[in-house]
Amino acid sequence: MTDTIAALASGRPPAALAIIRISGPAAFAVVQQLAGRVPPPRRLSLCRLHHDGQLLDEALVAVFPGPASASGEDLAELHLHGGPAVVAGVLDAVTAQPGVRLAEPGEYTRRAFASGRMDLTQVEGLADLVSAETASQRDQALALAGGALGRLADQWRDRCLNVLAEAEAGLDFAEDEADVAERLDEAARDQLADMADELAALIADSARAMRIRDGLTIAVTGPPNVGKSSLVNALAMRDVAIVTAIPGTTRDAIEVPIDLNGVAAVLIDTAGLRDTDDPVEAIGIARARARAASADLVISVASAEAPQWTGDGALRLLNKCDLAAPDVPPDVLAVSATTGAGLPALRDWLSHWAHNLIRPGEPALLSHARHRAAFADAESALGDAAMASEPVLRAEALRAAAHAFGRIAGRVGVDDVLDRIFSRFCVGK
Amino acid sequence: MQTHDVIIVGAGHAGCEAAAAAARRGARVALVTLRADDPGTLSCNPAVGGIGKGHLVTEIDALGGIMGRVADAARLQSRLLNRSKGPAVHGPRAQVDRALYRAAMAEVLAELPTLAIITAAVEGLLVERGRVAGVETSVGRLSAPAVVLTTGTFLGGVMHIGSQREAGGRVGAQASDLGAALRAMGLPVSRLKTGTPARLDGRSIDWSVLEWQYGDGDDPRFSRFGICSAAGNGRPPIPCAITRTNAETHRIIRDHLGESALYGGHIDSVGPRYCPSIEDKVVRFGDRDGHQIFLEPEGYDDITIYPNGLSTSLPLHVQEKFIRSIKGLEQVVILRPGYAIEYDHVDPRALTPGLGARAVPGLFLAGQINGTTGYEEAAAQGLVAGANAAALALNLPALTIDRTQAYIGVMIDDLTLHGVAEPYRMFTSRAEYRLRLRADNADQRLTPLGQALGLVPPAQADAFAAAQAERDAARALLDTLTATPHQLASHGIEVRQDGQSRSLFDWLRFPAVTHAAARRVWPELASISDDLLASLAVDANYAAYIARQEAEVAALRRDEALALPADLDFAQVAGLSKEMIERLSRARPLTLGAASRVAGITPAALIALLPHTSRNKPTLAA
Ligand SMILES: Cc1cc2nc3c(=O)[nH]c(=O)nc-3n(C[C@H](O)[C@H](O)[C@H](O)COP(=O)(O)OP(=O)(O)OC[C@H]3O[C@@H](n4cnc5c(N)ncnc54)[C@H](O)[C@@H]3O)c2cc1C
Repeated sequence: MTDTIAALASGRPPAALAIIRISGPAAFAVVQQLAGRVPPPRRLSLCRLHHDGQLLDEALVAVFPGPASASGEDLAELHLHGGPAVVAGVLDAVTAQPGVRLAEPGEYTRRAFASGRMDLTQVEGLADLVSAETASQRDQALALAGGALGRLADQWRDRCLNVLAEAEAGLDFAEDEADVAERLDEAARDQLADMADELAALIADSARAMRIRDGLTIAVTGPPNVGKSSLVNALAMRDVAIVTAIPGTTRDAIEVPIDLNGVAAVLIDTAGLRDTDDPVEAIGIARARARAASADLVISVASAEAPQWTGDGALRLLNKCDLAAPDVPPDVLAVSATTGAGLPALRDWLSHWAHNLIRPGEPALLSHARHRAAFADAESALGDAAMASEPVLRAEALRAAAHAFGRIAGRVGVDDVLDRIFSRFCVGK
Repeated sequence: MQTHDVIIVGAGHAGCEAAAAAARRGARVALVTLRADDPGTLSCNPAVGGIGKGHLVTEIDALGGIMGRVADAARLQSRLLNRSKGPAVHGPRAQVDRALYRAAMAEVLAELPTLAIITAAVEGLLVERGRVAGVETSVGRLSAPAVVLTTGTFLGGVMHIGSQREAGGRVGAQASDLGAALRAMGLPVSRLKTGTPARLDGRSIDWSVLEWQYGDGDDPRFSRFGICSAAGNGRPPIPCAITRTNAETHRIIRDHLGESALYGGHIDSVGPRYCPSIEDKVVRFGDRDGHQIFLEPEGYDDITIYPNGLSTSLPLHVQEKFIRSIKGLEQVVILRPGYAIEYDHVDPRALTPGLGARAVPGLFLAGQINGTTGYEEAAAQGLVAGANAAALALNLPALTIDRTQAYIGVMIDDLTLHGVAEPYRMFTSRAEYRLRLRADNADQRLTPLGQALGLVPPAQADAFAAAQAERDAARALLDTLTATPHQLASHGIEVRQDGQSRSLFDWLRFPAVTHAAARRVWPELASISDDLLASLAVDANYAAYIARQEAEVAALRRDEALALPADLDFAQVAGLSKEMIERLSRARPLTLGAASRVAGITPAALIALLPHTSRNKPTLAA
């Protein structure tokens, strides 16, 4: 028998409100026990909650019968006053009911997945949503959690299955109805070529999606003593105290997250990239070096006291403008990490650059390496299908492509290829 | 009261194959059937094999079954379908002579010393202490610890011609009410339908205006080593003819749709979509200007013509009218009208992968009674059920075949997990490991398994061993011979000059390296026959694809090795939703792999099942 689970779904009390969610076969029995009735579904109703003859709270209660609930099971929500004693009292009362226990972390989501309410991409989206820090990350995670990628993958799978149905009809039924065989070949080749082109564009765009999710990387480079670290800290508006690297936290010291007007980015302070004997630190540094080398943007910093730029950063900065005032070339931004002069202009420049690259309004769905890999597998399978030397190998490749798309949403089970064939062809003698 | 090890009820395609398999394993078999001439009767079209179906016949043959050799002995002509589509989907098919087929079947069955054929009607099943104990027949009781039911369309059979209806399993045969007995035992029974076309008098057809279809020159056979002592025919192949329906035909059918048993509301059970009646074709694909009709002779010395593609349940006068609107058939005489038949079948989800009924130990079901259609599908199940009935009676190892091994495995897995919504027919698209499961390698896939279970006759086993040795030697030679692109070029073979030296086996994949060219370069290939070289070239061509599938196959085998208890109460499994519990309870998968193939099962449900699995193989004989 499935346990019924309960947990505090809102933040830690005290707060104005606290929400307890109960999911599972006993959810409504719990409500009946505590509230004395089960209110009408999908509506907030005012109920007095009692346990052992004791009034616990006056709460708004909503019940959602499965399978059309968020978890796919019978689900109840108790909206309480958010005091610690209220919450503790109600949770105790709820878990005292037979068959009810506290939920483990992530258990609601797991149940929603188990009951088929959510596919794999939606689970990933939910996880992303909880950790989203910028507006564009939030939008992306919302689209994912809302099933946008699952739908996209399903559409692609559907297209593959349609071409596959034609191919399979040619294999299983060509002898029955002569027209099946001819219709198939040119149509299939054209379709495959179109599909491969579209897919290539989608995959190319996945770099953008991954940048939204993981953040853009900006490497701050330059000779020693030009003020790279102070610049990074000033941009991130963060406490200078953290700059002192504690062994093992090097990465935090070197990679500093910033929010560029809704777009997530990471500043890499190459001043922190020094040689070290500490093996743990060394790993962090090697990783940051690699990221700096493949950064989306390299900023070259020089000091106003010696305006010489090394490297070929796409953006050149002249720091310490409070100390000297040399001529500033037109493509160089003059700033002072100490006084803050020029920083607003630098921020503007960076947000402008980030928005150009990310295009936050446009959905970008392939945000996980897993998604990209599956789409890439499908693309190569479609390539094989177009090149296949015999019809049965083409069908084989199309099956592989359809499965790759099925993997994205975690679909298992039977493809309805035969149904598609029967709806389209007059087959059979 | 007689004592047997195994009783087979019904000598159709499933029954004959079941009887032979059980007898080969040493069981004393009683094959009880309504009429003495039942064995080898083709109730529908005079042909065996085809796409997907041909695979089944070669697999039956590889397991020591009889259908392939009987069909070979009775053929009028044979063809390899899908020749241009790739070896994996080649489908051998033979037009057969009805009389010769029956004669050959009788001869093959007569060779089995422990088999007795009894002409009688089985009227009931004997069950003692919950187990099968024998059958009640019109000539008395027969007892045996294992009974295989292969009664085809005879359970509750009702035939329809227009609004006329008549009880019967097929024309000229009585229907049986064993269906009630099965229902009483708790087996889920429901109804399906199928149909057959009118039979025509060949002397009244104007052959001169029709196009002929001949067999293949190389006359493909089903049975590689099967030595059929039956006379064979030794007579020249005879062709079929092709004609088409036309707008007038369709108009007549449309005008009389209301009189069709199907469309007049007399039948509401489900028929096969891939074997539609001509009414179906006209209703669903009315925009077509015509449908192909194959005129197939039923025998050398038989005037009967089977018009393949004209299955119907319209009244006789309408059948006459629309058939005569077809080119070449203007003066045709109908010998027997076409009809539709409704019949009972058992939901095959009530069966184990060994085709035993879970609810009644000792009872096995095979053939059309399980919701399939077609001789080949029936025979393949018969072989499995017969082998397992003998296993149960004689305490021998059971025969189970999985999806990676054979089309037979695909079919039984589909049936026992998904049940049937319409009569089930084999298609190559049902097999996910299609590149491995070819007609040309059926013996390599299955003969060793059949041998281990005592299903393969000694002469076939010896012939297989010799062929296998020859194949291994040939393969070894292909692996030893190597060449660089440069060397090939010096023999005039144009391949990309990538400097890569390859074995001849690898080179066979390249279109430029034809077999003739290879023989020119390497005279030692003279020791390899053309057929063998072609077969090895298929291996070479598919090798890369098959290697890629190996991981999938391994994953499937891994999941198949995780057994779920046969009596697992899915309602008690923590974390399963109501819907998952329902789906799983109906299909009753015996392994985690089988559970994953139940329609609509989510990955998370599989995770929930994981704690209930064990590494033990499930026992399959019911
Ligand atoms: C009208 C008709 C149309 C068909 N059309 C097609 C088609 O278009 N395409 C296709 O692929 N397949 C078709 N088939 C199906 C094909 O003929 C069958 O699937 C196949 O023959 C089934 O084999 P079987 O062994 O299960 O049963 P059958 O070959 O039907 O054999 C059943 C046997 O059981 C015996 N029997 C029945 N009841 C009893 C009893 N109580 N006691 C003793 N013996 C009994 C009968 O005498 C018979 O010999 C058609 C069948 C029919 C009847």
